[in-house]
Amino acid sequence: MTQPAFRPVAEHGVLVEFADAINDAAYAHVRHLDAMLAAHGFPGFVESIPAYVNILVEFDPLLTDHAAVIQALHGLLALKPAPAATTTPREVLVCYDADFAPDLPEVAKACGLTEEEAIAAHLAGDYAVFLYGFAPGYAYLGGVPPALHLPRKAAAVRGIAAGSVIIAGAQCLVTTLTMPTGWWIIGRSPTQILRPDPAHPFLFDVGDRVKFRRISRREFEARQ
Amino acid sequence: MTARFQITHAGPYVSVQDGGRPKLMRFGVPASGAMDRLALQAANLALGNPAPAAGIEVSLGGLALTCTEGAVTLAVAGGGFIVEADAKHGSWVVLTVQAGQRLIIRPGPWGSWAYLCFAGALQTGHWLGAAATHALSGFGGGKLAAGGSLEIHDPRVNQALNGPIPCPIFARPRANLRVTLGPQDRFFTAETLHDLLSSRFALTTAYDRMGVRLSGPALHPAAPLNMPSEPITRGSVQVAGDGVATVLLADHQTTGGYPKIATALDCDLDSFTQLRPRDAVTFQAVAPAQAIALARAHAAAQRAYLLALMRPR
Repeated sequence: MTQPAFRPVAEHGVLVEFADAINDAAYAHVRHLDAMLAAHGFPGFVESIPAYVNILVEFDPLLTDHAAVIQALHGLLALKPAPAATTTPREVLVCYDADFAPDLPEVAKACGLTEEEAIAAHLAGDYAVFLYGFAPGYAYLGGVPPALHLPRKAAAVRGIAAGSVIIAGAQCLVTTLTMPTGWWIIGRSPTQILRPDPAHPFLFDVGDRVKFRRISRREFEARQ
Repeated sequence: MTARFQITHAGPYVSVQDGGRPKLMRFGVPASGAMDRLALQAANLALGNPAPAAGIEVSLGGLALTCTEGAVTLAVAGGGFIVEADAKHGSWVVLTVQAGQRLIIRPGPWGSWAYLCFAGALQTGHWLGAAATHALSGFGGGKLAAGGSLEIHDPRVNQALNGPIPCPIFARPRANLRVTLGPQDRFFTAETLHDLLSSRFALTTAYDRMGVRLSGPALHPAAPLNMPSEPITRGSVQVAGDGVATVLLADHQTTGGYPKIATALDCDLDSFTQLRPRDAVTFQAVAPAQAIALARAHAAAQRAYLLALMRPR
């Protein structure tokens, strides 16, 4: 492995960067270091925040410093990855009814598909949680099939309901808050990502695999 | 026993805050909590409460309450606000208020945030173990609004606590923000980095719990803006494509794709948030080892100050 860059962040962090642009190898290194930090930590470790090409490692400046943290990170990076555990994909329900999917006709047209073909393509995707970002519970899912890849819209649309299933490029996201978005809205999910269970307040862990399952309007309403 | 207050006025961004919900950034959740964490702790400790207990964060919009039931000793700390109850006070004060009395907190000579804490248990909602209100979602204890009410269970009245709380020098607004450069300083030219460290910037009115936009020389990134989204922290100095810098604060988004030219030291942020729109701010770069030394010195001074508040005055 080429050495990652270690970038100091104020008095409390080190950003460990494996690449400049998104690629599978860099993300695998992020996941590996995140797992090693969760398993072993180091004295003064506070939390880690994984992203696509880098991971922010937060520490307590009263207990350690950047140099000691970077040394500890070298040790963790040298550890062998644990064998990947086989996990059951998380299931996210989605209703594609027209009023829940205002952009579905335009997405289908831009991709040269019928609406049913676009839905089938979305359902066929094998998704994984790359990171949470932006706002609570915003889990960025990679794995949108290439047939549905579209750049985001030129301008964001305001007031998009929580639970909207939105796509842009290779990414898919189920929103948790009513927010503006420039992504394409193709459905609505009753699946709660922010959960009332204090022991497991978020549906996904980073790295989880995700499958979408289509539901009818009746089932959607029954689960509201 | 209960003490009850009717909310007759609450400005924008007046919300329940506490010590925050740390260690959840990997789920998209910033720590939130008081913008000025020191002031919240001072108000609580002056009453004998745990330092991170929930209180009310009062913005420049101000707050007016009427006590409708019971009596309670309370503390206001943070900024140079004006506190009207039995008489006119400045913030950094402990008072006792009883049924029939009004309590008004409004901006005074300096500061952007004041904290109202009660000797007793403020009844409030929680999210993920904290009462801190996350502005974007409203999750947590929530914002205050006229017509609402506050309830304090097991209120304590301790007239012996009434009187001023000392305001330490490090609680005053900080116009010189110490930063480490980066993590994306490499995306800026040497001239732009020089501009960052040698120019006067000012806070703008685009100032809320998520962050504050600055005015000043444009800090245009030299590299194209195509970096992958990456983690952001409280204190990140993020530069958008138009060259405008924003300092991210308590309710910051947890990831973003704009370069961070610098990151403000966390130990400077409480006092930085007490600046007001149009106040000037400059940036001073420090090496990482220096940042650690500054943080430790600040923590020691803050700890000595807070411990002294816990002794009977």
